[in-house]
Parts: sequence; C-alpha cells; structure tokens
Amino acid sequence: MLGKTAGGLFWMFRYLERSEYVARLVEAGLRLSLTRPHAASDEWASVIDTAGVRTAYLEKNEVFDQSGAVDFLLREKESSSSVLSCITAARTNARMVRTALTREVWEATNECWMTVSAALQRKVGERELPDVLNTIRQQSAQVRGALHGTMLRNDIYDFARIGTFIERADNTARILDVKYYVLLPSAMPVGSTFDNVQWDNILRSVSAHRSFRHVHSSETNAAAIADFLVLDRRMPRSLAFCYGKINDNLGYLENNYGERHACHAIAEDTYSELRSLSIASIFERGLHEYISEFITRNNALGLRIEADYRFIE
Amino acid sequence: MTALPEFFNEMSNGDGSPRDPYRGYAQWFAGEDIKRLKKKSAEAEAFFRRTGITFNVYGQREATERLIPFDIVPRIISANEWSKLERGIEQRVRAINAFLYDIYHRQEILRAGRIPVELIANNDAFLPEMIGVSPPGGIYTHIVGIDLVRTGPDSFFVLEDNARTPSGVSYMLENRETMLHMFPELFARNRVRDVSKYPRDLAHSLAMAAPDKCTDRPVVCVLTPGIYNSAYFEHSFLADQMGVELVEGHDLRVVDGRIAMRTTRGYQPVDVMYRRVDDEFLDPLVFNPKSMLGVPGIMDVYRSGGITIANAPGTGIADDKAIYSYMPDIVEFYTGEKPLLPNVETWRCSEPDALSYVLEHLHELVVKEVHGSGGYGMLVGPAASKREIANFRKKLEARPGNYIAQPTLALSTAPILTANGLAPRHLDLRPFVLVSSEKITITPGGLTRVALKKGSLVVNSSQGGGTKDTWVLGE
Repeated sequence: MLGKTAGGLFWMFRYLERSEYVARLVEAGLRLSLTRPHAASDEWASVIDTAGVRTAYLEKNEVFDQSGAVDFLLREKESSSSVLSCITAARTNARMVRTALTREVWEATNECWMTVSAALQRKVGERELPDVLNTIRQQSAQVRGALHGTMLRNDIYDFARIGTFIERADNTARILDVKYYVLLPSAMPVGSTFDNVQWDNILRSVSAHRSFRHVHSSETNAAAIADFLVLDRRMPRSLAFCYGKINDNLGYLENNYGERHACHAIAEDTYSELRSLSIASIFERGLHEYISEFITRNNALGLRIEADYRFIE
Repeated sequence: MTALPEFFNEMSNGDGSPRDPYRGYAQWFAGEDIKRLKKKSAEAEAFFRRTGITFNVYGQREATERLIPFDIVPRIISANEWSKLERGIEQRVRAINAFLYDIYHRQEILRAGRIPVELIANNDAFLPEMIGVSPPGGIYTHIVGIDLVRTGPDSFFVLEDNARTPSGVSYMLENRETMLHMFPELFARNRVRDVSKYPRDLAHSLAMAAPDKCTDRPVVCVLTPGIYNSAYFEHSFLADQMGVELVEGHDLRVVDGRIAMRTTRGYQPVDVMYRRVDDEFLDPLVFNPKSMLGVPGIMDVYRSGGITIANAPGTGIADDKAIYSYMPDIVEFYTGEKPLLPNVETWRCSEPDALSYVLEHLHELVVKEVHGSGGYGMLVGPAASKREIANFRKKLEARPGNYIAQPTLALSTAPILTANGLAPRHLDLRPFVLVSSEKITITPGGLTRVALKKGSLVVNSSQGGGTKDTWVLGE
C-alpha cells in the first residue's frame, strides 16, 4: 500500500471520529444549557474549550452563547474542527484513497458529506437543531457500518482503525482535561446538584450516560466516572479501550508486514500502564497531570505512526 | 446565413419508422410512460452524484464538482456499421504508431516530402528528448480515442485523434452500468455487446508493455495530477478497476535507476506507468521546471528502459490539429492503403489560399485553434454574432498558422428524452482503442457526447454537452 494511502485512511477516520465528537459536545452542551440556563455562558465556554477552539472562536465571537457556539462548532469553515470541516476533510481524504475503499464505504462517505453539508448550508435554528444533530450521527454511523460490513481485514482496515482510536483517545482525554475539576474528590461536596449535572454532562459527551448506569447501577461518584472513562476496557470511548484497539491493529500490521517499529513500543507502554494503574493511583499522581501527559503521548504516537509507515516523505 | 441542411436522424427514417438498429428500442419505448422515464432519469442523476461520478470545474470556489448530464436514451449502432468503423479505426491507429516511430527515428515521411518539415520542427508537441527512443514493442500510443462524427447512413468522419491522454472511458463504463441497473429488460431484448471488459483489457495491454528489464509480474500504476484534476474520478476509477495503485508525483522517486513508489513498507519499483499527466509536467528536470506533478529524473529512467510510460511522451505530435489535416497522407504512407475512414475537409490557415477562403467564409465555417481542446477558443461561424466573427477575424489574421477551419458539418442526431418526449440532438462518438504488441482492441461501444441544447453542434461537457450509453449490437 502507498504510504500516502495509509495516511489518507488514517486521517479520513480521524476526521470522521472528530465530527461525531464535536456533534456530541454540542448535544451535551445544549442539554446542559437548557437545564441550567443561568450558567449557560460558562457551559458554552467550557464546550468551546473541550473542542480546543477557544482562540479561533473568540476571533469570530464576542461572547460565549448558544447561538455563537453551536454555529461555530457545526459550520465554521475556517475552523478545522467544525463538523462541516471535519466531514469535508474526511470526504476529501476518502476521494484520495478511493481505490482502497469498497464502493459501499465510499458511497456512504460521499452521501454523509452531501447530506451533512446540505443540512449545514445555513445557520441551524434552535428548532431544527435536534434533527440536524441526529442526521450527523446517523450519517457517520452509516460510514462506520459500511466499513465493518464490507472491508477486508487487512492493512487498509488497520490504518482506518488506528486513526479512529488515536482520535477517540484524544477526544475523551480532552473532555477530562477540561472537566477534571468536577471529578476531583475535594472539589465539591459529593452529591450536590452541581456535580450531578456536570457528571451527567461528561457522560453525555461520550454517549455513556446510560451505559454508565448499567455498570455502576447505584453509586455515581467522581472516581467511578473517571475510572469508567480512563480505565474501563468495556467502555468503547475509554482511554484503555482505545489503546487496546490501537495495539491490536498495530499488532496485525506488525505480523502482516513482518516489521516492528518504534510506534509499537510506544503504544504497548501506554496500554500496559493503563492496564496496571488504578484510578486511585491516578488521582494520587494528579488526574489533570496524568491526562495532560496522556494527550502529549497520544499525539506523539500519531506522529510516530505517520513516520514509521511513511505517510509522507 | 446558409439554409439549414437536413440532418440525418439515427433513430428514425423520413417516414417516422425506426431505423433497423433502433427497432427493438422503439418498440419498448412505445409502451413506456414518459413520466416513469423522467423519474428514472432523475434516479440516474442521484446515482451519479452518490457514486461521485463528477468532474471538477476550475475557477469556482464553491460547488466545484459537477455532473455531466446523462441522457437515458441509448445511442445504437448496428453490427454492420460497427465492423466498418472497426476496420477504419484499426488502420488509423496502426498508422499513428508507425508515424510516431518514424518521426522520432529516420523521419522518412519528411524526407519523402509528404508533410512539411516546419510542421514538425516548429511544433511544441514534438519532443526532441524522444528522438531515437524506442519504447517496448515500438508502441507510443497504447490508449487512443478516435472522435467520429456522422452525417449520413454510411458517412462517418474522423473529427479528431486523441493519442495523448484520451479521457471519458469511465463514462462509457458507468453509463452502461447505470443503464443495466435501470432498464434490465432492454438488455434482455437487444443483443448489446459488452463493454465491461475494458479495465481488464487495459491492465493486460499495460502489463504487455513492461520493459525488458522487468522479469517478474509487472507492477503497473496510474499517475494522476491529484484530486483537484478535472478527470480525477476517471483516474481513481481506472486504478480501482485494474487493482493497481493510483499515484501522484510526490509518491514516486528514482531509486537505483528505477522509478519507485513510497509504500508503507518502503520503496517499490514500478514497471509500467499509465500517466494522466501532460508531457510538460512529467519531469521537472527535462520539461517545465516548476512542475510539482511529475517525477524528477523519470525521463532518464525511461530512456534507459527502466520504466514504460503509457502513452509515451511526445505522442501529442500525432493528434495535433495541424498534423490532423495530413492524416490521410500519413495513413497511406505507412499502410500503403487508402484511408477507410475519411477526415473532415480541413483548411490550413497557414496556407495563403486557404486563409483567404476561410476569411471570406467565416460565417459558415468552424475555426479551431491548432493546439486547443475542450471546445475552447473556437468559432462556430453559423452560430456566431457579427461581432464575434469580427473579433475572431482579427485573431486569425494575426496568427493564421495557429488555426485550421472546417465546414460546419451536418452532424447526425439521435433523440434525447425531454419533458415533451423524444427530441433530436446532435452527437459524436469516441470509441476507445488499446494497442499492445499482440493486438489492437477496440471496445464495442464508446463515449457518445450529445449537445443538449436544441440546434447546438458543440458536444463538449465544458460547453453544456451530455453523454449517452452507446450500444453496439451483436450480429
């Protein structure tokens, strides 16, 4: 496979994953600002931070409010993290690697782009917002479904999956990076309304507010939520889960190509740490420090993979 | 304005009865509801859009991908008509390859005085870098598209030879797929010859062209200028259908005297490159030094037999419009036979007599730039305003050698589906030819381009043309 193709697949799926992440942040932010209208401005500021676009946002907007934040996150062409930019970039990468994709995956991606860019052509009104968010979720689910249903499990699939999980790990880590303070044991008296709403918001940002209750049926506490998002290998957006997948797919590449690279060791180290740590020891080290360091390492792994598999010259 | 000529209608006889090849279709059509067909037509468009069968338009910020309109009424050619065309095309393609070999070697045709030396010497499409280079099998143009027009039951003319990088074959294939999908019953009742083998034939032809140095199974790739090129869809489509890599210049470099592509496992040598990048951009060390689309050093590797480039650099000299007017002589010179397919009568404006005739008859002629393509920079006399003609006259007088002129042909028509049912429109035909050292393969079908505007004679997609599925019927 061409190095460029591997890179195109990696980025196609990173962007697709990011578009879903940003759409989920909007959804969670919307809910929070509806339930706590007096704090809406702070909440949107926090959502903008979680998406990592504060500076760019403030270049276009004066205040943090729903109208500005939603429009920026969904439609801003100059921001590479808006849903529209992400889906356009995913589709551009898909065109570049067209020969590596099945017809089903390509058509699902193309249709996703056509539908979402039509839905986001104009500013989305408050009343249509739930429908538009739903469309975004459904369209990207179709691309993922086509990938699982029709692609050979070979190196093409591996690069697509590695891109997905590097991005997903980054996304989950960013939520924790911005919201860590509501999970600190010392922050608030346990059980206060503030915590519950904020905790619920974190779980919604990773589409896990229901599944968390299945796993932790009675007790909702900060440590349990942190554990769920960082270490729980059943939870498909946890850091541990993502690194399990990254290691699987890097492992397949290693076997398939008969070559081991620096990226393999980095991914294995991070994964074995995630398996051996307890949430208590992470809190001891400092949740925020741990997460910041993770984001840096995860980024470095992405760059290492890019070099090891010759995405660019 | 001259009186409008009678146009040959490929579907109907003068009395309204269907011509033979259309008989089965006409019978089927009579039982169809126009509304259902219009709906099918809209479905086809949605299908093309979803599949991404689009071409890119330059110079527009938004909505840069367009669809070429597809008309659902097939263009039908009888077995008998086709076999005549086949013989004529094969003869012409053999002559083109022989001409290219000669022009880059002994130049016998110039010595014999059959074409003027200046025509070659002063021609940008002639590449001195190719002098003395013998590609494997002596084949310069592996992939050819011959543009044909028709004016009567037995009157076909060659309008243009495309010997560098003919495009449109993906439309031939996708148009057929679309028709099979929408109207399976039509294929059950008409014996339409299959075109779907083209990608396999292409892969085979390219593999056959591998350089002698290649001893293993040849590694083939398609070179594209990238996703913003107007024909990118076709490039990726062909690479995908052949199961070969689609590369850009920056994926390639010279490694140990070979051209190699950067893969996830290091550099892998390439044996045959089907390039969809123009000569000028192929090698910045030899041609345009600013080119980012090519591979520095590829011409050296090519000349030493390390890679086959298809089509060969310098093939453009054979499809130049000034050379075109000499094609009947070229065919005769190399095959010893009279051309089976005639040229359209052509005035070379470089010749004083021809120029004065053309200047006097601008309102009834089509004048084209010698190096132009895509319907740009041409004058269609009968359709032009006085002012357009006056402007063009100035350009023509300033640089006569830059132009040729042809009569406005009474192009044949075939019906398209409009809101009011069938209506005749002018069309042309581009059959696709593959040349290998074994054989010449002409796919039974081709790209039919149709002017969608009533009365228009310009079929180019950049000028509002559409396409049709082209049926060649079996015996």
